Amino acid sequence: MELVEVKKLQVQLDAFAGKDVFLHLETTNGSYASHFNEGFFNAGAFIRNVVINYELGKVVGDSPHRVGLKLPHGWVYAQGITHYELDDQGRLLLAGHDGTGKLAVALEISETPFSY
Amino acid sequence: MTIQQERHVLVIFPHPDDEAFGVSGTITTYIQQGTPVTYACLTLGEMGRNLGNPPFATRESLPAVRKKELLASAEAMGLTDLRMMGLRDKTIEFEDDEKMVRMMTDLIEELNPSKIITFYPGFAVHPDHEATARAVVRAVRRMKDRPTLHGVAFANDTLEKLGNPDVVYNISDVRTQKMNSMKAHISQTAWMLEEMEHKLQQGDTETENWLMQERFYNYRWNEDFEKSF
Repeated sequence: MELVEVKKLQVQLDAFAGKDVFLHLETTNGSYASHFNEGFFNAGAFIRNVVINYELGKVVGDSPHRVGLKLPHGWVYAQGITHYELDDQGRLLLAGHDGTGKLAVALEISETPFSY
Repeated sequence: MTIQQERHVLVIFPHPDDEAFGVSGTITTYIQQGTPVTYACLTLGEMGRNLGNPPFATRESLPAVRKKELLASAEAMGLTDLRMMGLRDKTIEFEDDEKMVRMMTDLIEELNPSKIITFYPGFAVHPDHEATARAVVRAVRRMKDRPTLHGVAFANDTLEKLGNPDVVYNISDVRTQKMNSMKAHISQTAWMLEEMEHKLQQGDTETENWLMQERFYNYRWNEDFEKSF
């Protein structure tokens, strides 16, 4: 993975626009968050292999970036994106790592399903 | 407490590295004593948050990394019967409960263990740990001839509610193997090991004890976590 460069990532996001793509979206504090910090309100969300077709994808802001996908009838967005990679299978993997390197958010787009 | 000879020991945890922290010394000792051990690991830890800093793995490449680490940990312990059960990290509690019991029952029927080690339901913190523990207890509860069931408990209220562990094994003879099992899971344990080394150098007795002893609770059937299922 490399640090997001807005212009480079924007080109990658544009390349997937208007296509049926598989989506992975995840936010997490880790399952131990309220074990180490009692009272911590642990919330997160996870979606994998839902098919979407976005008409516009946009990366904005200074790092950590926000990435939004505009759909014909809705939106997908992720906040806190720091890294990205177009992997060897042509999948666009975006991730947000906190100051210690731990994954906090992931947004991934692929023309083929992600492994189950 | 000496580690008794068993017919077969079945260890069931959901994540690669769950075995390393609390049980790898015990597993190694059993293997050295000639007791067959099977470790059934339900997932490949696909949702781990440690991907290196800077990241050396992605959400998609992590499962392959963790699979390799799990195999290396098995090698460190001398374990030859490792089962990867193909579930997905962080989803076990959402699986069909009866399907989970069936998975455990199939393992038990095939291996006929005299002892099973898993997490202690209600005291295992992570939802996957809890779901695994529930399925194991339910499977064993249905058996006429129940194997011994030992649980690993580490919730913050464990001492208060369960008291001191009633099974404590001295594993100092295999401390190197335990260390190597933890080192095998380096993508997840790097920090913890660094902190541990530091504490050991400072002569921290709690950390030292952790490499000398492994602690379990006999499952209390008289305080079963549910009446029936």
